[in-house]
Amino acid sequence: MRIPNNIALIFVGTLMYTTPLLFAALGGVISELSGVMNIALEGIMTVGAFTGASVSYFTNSAFVGFLAAGFAGALLILLHAVACVTFRADQTISGTAINFLGGGISILLTKKLFNGSALSASAPKLPSAFPKFVSNRLKGTDLEAINAISIATLFAFLLVFFLWFFMYRTKWGLRILATGEHPAAVDSLGGSVFKIRYFCVLCSGFLAALGGAFMSISVTSSFSPVTICGQGFIALGALIFGKWTPQGAMFSCLLFGFARECTTMLGGQNGFVSQALLEMLPYVLTIAVLILFVGRSLAPKAVGVPYTKDLR
Amino acid sequence: MELERTEQSLLEHLPAKNVAAVSMCNIHKSFGKNHALRGVDLNVMPGTIHALLGENGAGKSTLMNILCGFYHQDIGFISINGKQVNITNPKMAIDYGIGMVHQHFMLVQTFTVAQNIMLGSELTKGIGVIDFKRANREITELSNEYRLTVNTKKKVLDMSVGMQQRVEILKVLYRGAEILILDEPTAVLTSQEANDLMQIMRNLASNNKTIVVITHKINEIKRVCDFCTIIRRGENVLTVHVDDYNEQQLGAMMVEREIVSVPRLKTTKSKKTILEIKDLVVKDDRGVKKINGVSLEVKAGEILGVAGVDENGQQELVEAITCLRKVESGTIKIHGKEIQNTTTKNVICSGISAIPEDRHRSGLVMKFSVAENMILKRYKEKPFSRCGRMNKILIKQFADDLIEKFDIRPPNCAEIPIKKLSGGNQQKVIIAREVSNNPDLLVAMQPTRGLDIGAIEYVHQKLWEQKKKEKAILLISLELNEIMEMSDRIAVIYNGEIIAVVEADATSEEEMGALMVGGGKK
Repeated sequence: MRIPNNIALIFVGTLMYTTPLLFAALGGVISELSGVMNIALEGIMTVGAFTGASVSYFTNSAFVGFLAAGFAGALLILLHAVACVTFRADQTISGTAINFLGGGISILLTKKLFNGSALSASAPKLPSAFPKFVSNRLKGTDLEAINAISIATLFAFLLVFFLWFFMYRTKWGLRILATGEHPAAVDSLGGSVFKIRYFCVLCSGFLAALGGAFMSISVTSSFSPVTICGQGFIALGALIFGKWTPQGAMFSCLLFGFARECTTMLGGQNGFVSQALLEMLPYVLTIAVLILFVGRSLAPKAVGVPYTKDLR
Repeated sequence: MELERTEQSLLEHLPAKNVAAVSMCNIHKSFGKNHALRGVDLNVMPGTIHALLGENGAGKSTLMNILCGFYHQDIGFISINGKQVNITNPKMAIDYGIGMVHQHFMLVQTFTVAQNIMLGSELTKGIGVIDFKRANREITELSNEYRLTVNTKKKVLDMSVGMQQRVEILKVLYRGAEILILDEPTAVLTSQEANDLMQIMRNLASNNKTIVVITHKINEIKRVCDFCTIIRRGENVLTVHVDDYNEQQLGAMMVEREIVSVPRLKTTKSKKTILEIKDLVVKDDRGVKKINGVSLEVKAGEILGVAGVDENGQQELVEAITCLRKVESGTIKIHGKEIQNTTTKNVICSGISAIPEDRHRSGLVMKFSVAENMILKRYKEKPFSRCGRMNKILIKQFADDLIEKFDIRPPNCAEIPIKKLSGGNQQKVIIAREVSNNPDLLVAMQPTRGLDIGAIEYVHQKLWEQKKKEKAILLISLELNEIMEMSDRIAVIYNGEIIAVVEADATSEEEMGALMVGGGKK
C-alpha cells in the first residue's frame, strides 16, 4: 500500500465531492446576503445536472454543457425572484415549489430526450486543472492522482476568494450586504433593493446550477434522478454552518466533501461497515453540525422578509 | 388668547430679499380614503431651525416624506432655494441637498460607522474597490468640522442610541445636505443625549445649514427653534416666530379641538386602593429606560386617566402591569399583592383585565369566531372545557348571552369569524370579554382608537358602568378630550415620568396641553 498515493486519492476525492457543494453554497450565500432566502438550491442543482449532462452529450462539449446549465439554473430561479422580490411571496414556499419543479422537469425531459430512460447518456468530462506539462511530469509518480482535479474545482475555489473580495471590499458588495441587513437604509440612500435582489438571486441560480452540472458531467458522467439527491440541502447547511460567508461556506463544504469521500473510501466490497450506514454520513453530519454549532443570530437580518416601502 | 398672527406677521421678521430654502405650497396627499394632507404650506428660511409641530397623525411625517422623495404629492409644488423642483425618488432629494434623519434609524447594525456613512456614495479606487483609508480619514475630518466626534471604525451595534443618531446626521452631511430634516429626533434619546443634540442643531444652523425638525415636544421647540409651523389634521394652522409665544400657547394651538362636555359621574370618595405602582422602572427593547420611576395609585370606583403624547412610556407602562414586559425595579401591587415579573396568567387571576391598544394585533384572533374570541382568556376554565375538551354548546350560549347584553351586531354572530365584524363591534367583543370576568382593575389603552362617534360613546358608557360597580380603571389615551371627559384624576406622563397628577375638575385643556409636552414642569 502506498501511503502518499492514498492521501492523494482522498485529497482528490474530497475536492471532487466538495466542488458541487461549494458552487451551490456560494450561490446560496449571494442570495441570502441580499436578503432572499434560497432553499431552492436542490431543485436548481438538479436542473443544472440534467442540463449539463444532456447539453454536453448533444454538443459533445463539456464546457458548453457546463455554461448552459448555469443559464438554465438562472432561468429557473427567475421564478423565485419574481415570486419573492416582485410579488413578495413567502420565500420558503416558493423555494419548496422550485425544488419540486426542478426535479420534475429534469426527469421528464430526461425521459423525453433519452427514449424513456431515466438516465441520460454518458457525457464528456471537463478537463484537468493542470496544464499538459505539469500533468506529464506527475505521470508515474505517487501524486499522479491529483491530475484528476477538474478545472471547475479550481474555478470554484478561486470564486471563493473573488466573492469574499467582492462582498467585503467593493461598493457593490457593501450595498448587497446592506440590502440583506436593512433594505430600507439602501432605499433611503437612493439604491434599488429590487435590482440588487434580482441580481443576487439570478447569480445564485447560475452558480447552484454549475454545481449540479459538475456533479453530472465530472462525477457521475450522466444524469439520473439520484445524481443530486439532497446535495442542495447539504449546501444549504454548509452556508449556514459557514456563517453566511464565502470562506466559511468553503470550509464547511470541505468538511461535507470529506465525509462523502469517506463513505466511498471506507465502503466497497470489503468494508466493515454497512454501505447503507456509510452513505448516511454526510446527511447525519449536516444535521449534527446544524444542531450543535449554529446560532440563528448570524443570518442577515432581513433574510426571508419581503421588502415594501410601507414597512419603513 | 392672541393667536391672530398670520404668515404676514412672520415675514416681517425676515429680511425681504431672503429666498426660502424650502417652500412647499398647497400640498395634498391621500392614502386610499385617508386624506392625510389637505393643502399644507411650508416655508423654511435658510440657516434657521424650523419646527413642524402637531399631534400624531397630523401629517407632519407625510409632509417630510414627500420632501424626501419617498412619496409624491397628489397636488401642490415644491421649491428649493426658489427653484421649482419635482422630487420623484430619494436619490433626487439627496441631489437637491435634502437629507432626512429618520426616527427609526436607517443604519446597518453590523456595519462600521464608515461603512454606514458611505453606503451608496462610496469612495473607491480602481473598479469599485472601496478606499477604506480615505473614507475613514474624510469622515473623521467631517465629524471634527461639525464637532460630531465618532469613531469611524466602530460597529453601529456597539454604540449608544445618541451616537447612532450622530452617525445618521453625519450620513446626511456626508452627502452634502444643506437642508436637514430630523424626524422626532429626541424620541429615543436620554435627556443628556437630547441636550447634546440640541447643541448640535445649533452648531449646524450656525454653519448655515437649514433644519426642519418634526416634533411634539414644545419645550424643545422653545429651546432651539426659530420658527414653528403648526399642523392639525392635515391642514396647517399657522406659522409663528417661536419667541412670540409661550409653551402654553403653542400647546393649545397644537391640541385645539372641539370640547364635548358631558357631565361627569360624581366620584364616590373611595379609600380602597386597588392598584399601587411604586418607583417603577421599565426598559424598552433597545434597552432605553422608557418608564423611569413612576408611582401611581388607582382606587376603587375611580378612573385614573394617563395623558401624554405618544411614545412617552404609555405602552411600556401597560406592558409592565400586564406582565408582558420585564420590570427593572419597583413594584406593582394589586390589592397589596406584588405581581410584577410574574405571568400573564397570574395577572388575569389577580383580577386585572386589559383592553389592548391594537385590537388586531393583540386583542383578538382575527380568524377565530366571535364565540372563540370571547373565551380566549377562560378556555381552560370549567365549564368551558373539561379535561381539554371544549364544550361548544356552552361556549355558544355564553357568547350569545354576551352578544345580546353588549349589543354586538349583527345579532347571532357567535360563529362568524370576528374579522367580518366592524371595528366598533370588534371592540365591543373585547370589552365584553374583559368585563365579563368581573375584574377589579380594568386597564384600557386607547379603547376608542379608530372608532366612530357612536362606538366611542358606547365604550365610554361601559367604562362608566365599571366605575359604578366600584371597579378601578386605568385609562391610557392619546386623546386629551377623552381623558378630560372620563377621568376623575389625570396623571400626565412625559419622558417616562409622571410629571403631574391633577384633579380633572381643576384643570383645563390648555394646562394639560402644556403639561403633556413637558412644559410647566416644576
